[in-house]
Amino acid sequence: MKRLLESMHASAVSRRDFVRVSLMAGGGLMVSVYGCGPNGEEPAVSASGAALEPNAFVRIDGSGNVLVTSKHLEMGQGTYTGLATIIADELDADWSKVTVEGAGADNKKYGNSTIGGLQGTGGSSAMANSWEQHRKAGATARAVLIAAAAKQWGVPSADLTTEPGVVVHAATGRRAPYGTLVALAATMPVPADVPLKDSKAFRYIGKERATTPRVDAVQKSNGTARYTQDVMLPGMLTALVTHAPRFGATVKSFDATRAKAVAGVVDVVQIPTGVAVVAQHFWAAKLGRDALSIEWDETRANTLGATEIMAQFREAAGKPGIGIRNDGNAEKALAGAGKTVEATYEFPYLAHASMEPLNCVVDLQKDHATVWNANQFPTVDQEAVAKVFGLKPAQVTMNTLFSGGSFGRRANPKSDYVVEAATIAKAINGRAPVKMVWTREDDTAAGYFRPAMLHVMKGGLDAAGKPVAWWHRAVGQSMMAGTMFESPDGKDSSTYEGASDHPYEVADVFLDAVYPKIGVPVQWWRSVGHTHTAFAVEAFIDEMAHAAGKDPLEFRRALLTKDPRRLAVLNLAAEKAAWGTPLPAGHARGIAVHKSFDTYVAQVAEVSLVGGVPRVHKVTCAVDCGIVINPDIVRSQMEGSIAFGLGAALYGRIDLVGGRVVSDNFDKYRVLRQREMPMVDVHIVTSTEKPTGVGEPGTPPIAPAVANALLALTGKPTRSLPFVT
Amino acid sequence: MATITINGQQRSVSAEPSTPLLWVIRDMLGMTGTKFGCGIAQCGACTVHLDGKPVRSCSTPLSEVGARSVTTIEGLSADSTHALQLAWVEAQVPQCGYCQSGQIMAAAALLDATPSPTDADIDAAMQGNICRCGTYLRIRSAIHRAAEMKRASA
Repeated sequence: MKRLLESMHASAVSRRDFVRVSLMAGGGLMVSVYGCGPNGEEPAVSASGAALEPNAFVRIDGSGNVLVTSKHLEMGQGTYTGLATIIADELDADWSKVTVEGAGADNKKYGNSTIGGLQGTGGSSAMANSWEQHRKAGATARAVLIAAAAKQWGVPSADLTTEPGVVVHAATGRRAPYGTLVALAATMPVPADVPLKDSKAFRYIGKERATTPRVDAVQKSNGTARYTQDVMLPGMLTALVTHAPRFGATVKSFDATRAKAVAGVVDVVQIPTGVAVVAQHFWAAKLGRDALSIEWDETRANTLGATEIMAQFREAAGKPGIGIRNDGNAEKALAGAGKTVEATYEFPYLAHASMEPLNCVVDLQKDHATVWNANQFPTVDQEAVAKVFGLKPAQVTMNTLFSGGSFGRRANPKSDYVVEAATIAKAINGRAPVKMVWTREDDTAAGYFRPAMLHVMKGGLDAAGKPVAWWHRAVGQSMMAGTMFESPDGKDSSTYEGASDHPYEVADVFLDAVYPKIGVPVQWWRSVGHTHTAFAVEAFIDEMAHAAGKDPLEFRRALLTKDPRRLAVLNLAAEKAAWGTPLPAGHARGIAVHKSFDTYVAQVAEVSLVGGVPRVHKVTCAVDCGIVINPDIVRSQMEGSIAFGLGAALYGRIDLVGGRVVSDNFDKYRVLRQREMPMVDVHIVTSTEKPTGVGEPGTPPIAPAVANALLALTGKPTRSLPFVT
Repeated sequence: MATITINGQQRSVSAEPSTPLLWVIRDMLGMTGTKFGCGIAQCGACTVHLDGKPVRSCSTPLSEVGARSVTTIEGLSADSTHALQLAWVEAQVPQCGYCQSGQIMAAAALLDATPSPTDADIDAAMQGNICRCGTYLRIRSAIHRAAEMKRASA
């Protein structure tokens, strides 16, 4: 996604920021940093307080409460806390008075500069794209509060300082809580270039959880955190949809007689994606759906299973694809190498399987619609909903709730499930607000999987065991094809990111990509292409080291002389894991290092085999994400990413048989559970580089680290995922 | 019309006896802390207590509840100060948070039965509660911490 959006990005980063301060209807002070249009024009903003409200990043009320509006979706990764930390630090806010709410849809105000100014959460980009913007928002708010206090007291601003939530005049001991200053502050001119803090003065940035606990921890410990699933509106109906049993099938006919006879069922409607049962509550909708009788037209349906698809990929790998990287002449170097290593790695389709199955609430009214959703692509979804209703995007209000996971699934370029909810609302003529709920089975089987992939790797070693050739062909469906992210040259970075830029110093490197067309919907999944490229690269480099008879850590080190940050995390993880020291009998260590979304992560996994099944005892993780905004969230994201990646590596596989998804609930689509969670020891590199993300980069290294431990343990490579079949 | 006792209150609900307790709690009583995750007792997000014992409310029909007392996350403490809730915040357990009501209810039943659980006790009791964010290590440490708090205040 990132690479494909670089051209859009170029215009976004050149934009100048405008800072506005205004008095809100409720008497609060609001500061917004707006990126203006690509041609330098200032965005049109209504002067009325009510209209300004959703445009803010910071709002301070008369009681000194600080409301931060998050342009990013909180789906567990801690973005609400991270964004608030940046603002609160520069603002010198009292952390206990900081709350965060999700933003509505507006690219101009909430655009993400790493995805071309599109409002969206993904690519572990929230901190990276907000760092300077949010510091400025916080610092500017602080400056006008100081200016207000200076005016009130008739003293120079330069004589004033701040403590959390208070402006202080040290010379006279006067103190003004922020809340008492907001009305006057709103009349103050806005300074253009407010100096930002020296990092030594950071009060919250980089501090531990006792100082900046997550803003959502309490409500997520007492059941009050509100998700889309929890939206209750007067008269609201619940809809369940029967989807086609195979991708691409359509409804031929259906009989709703029995469904309509179920108490509580209000309506049964056909929509493009299936048949929806609309009822007074979930259980009535479920019973109604169970009673439906549908005949499907499967003329254009995918009938291939995962086995047949992988067989097609193997065949497709025999022909050249689109060239991605070509340094020197890898084929010639291979032919001349003293020793060659060949490996083909195979990866299954994976479901996101968030704890909150997909859902969306839509209230269609005359000339207006309101959506409640965990909006990961708010403006994309807004536009799609508007299109369903024949409305303008501005006529669709998007309310963003907490997301019970997502792992990329709620950022669907086609707004699939949001559009489905809208089509149901339209089919019942907006007679009531409707909450569309997918069951676990719907959620797992409906697709937009992490694509199945095949990577063919060939390497050559010289007589001294040094790699001299690297040949790589990636085969898999393009997830960008047919979306707004499709590249005109046909390249899809999600098949090769993390492999095309692999850092190992080999003179002759070749990489191309083959994109078979398969009728199974695919989409990004936590860490996108890195989910499989990191495995291909890191398992293969270990196989090369094994073939060369060298220690995998030393083998990597010798090939990373020009990549200091990567080398540093590799060394740190190895040191903390006591690489090379004895382990209990039957245990072995494996190591992997990978950069994704500009964050470097190395992991050492200690593994044994219990009844032939890998048991991961401990993972030592080193991470370099630049300046650390919240170290405990960095640690939690490493822990969680390891659990997510390990579950997938051990068990993750969508069983597609004859085009039907068989593994549609947690009994068949197995994920990591409590007992399988390894100990995780996270070490964070101290850095002055700009902050990068941590939501995804902990995932890619774990699977190859475990595979490499198994190679060390058994002498046999693992080339097909999942490990447990 | 059925009557159930939930969080110490008697409530009347108009539902078929086969209706899962989860949907009675959520859609009929409007209490949304208990979550829908899988519908087949595989993930634990819907965990509530029946007379103090953990059950998966998605797979417990209303008819099975009878006179037993139902406790949901809303009824665990009046002010979010159950030792587990305090420990959950202290250890910064939740990420997306969606599974955490179920995790806490399962852990509360564990601590009632086993005041000083070992890691193995915790693993066994919590094996049925999935967390896709992978907060398992913090769940374990928070349960130990809550056990410690409860012992200290006993």
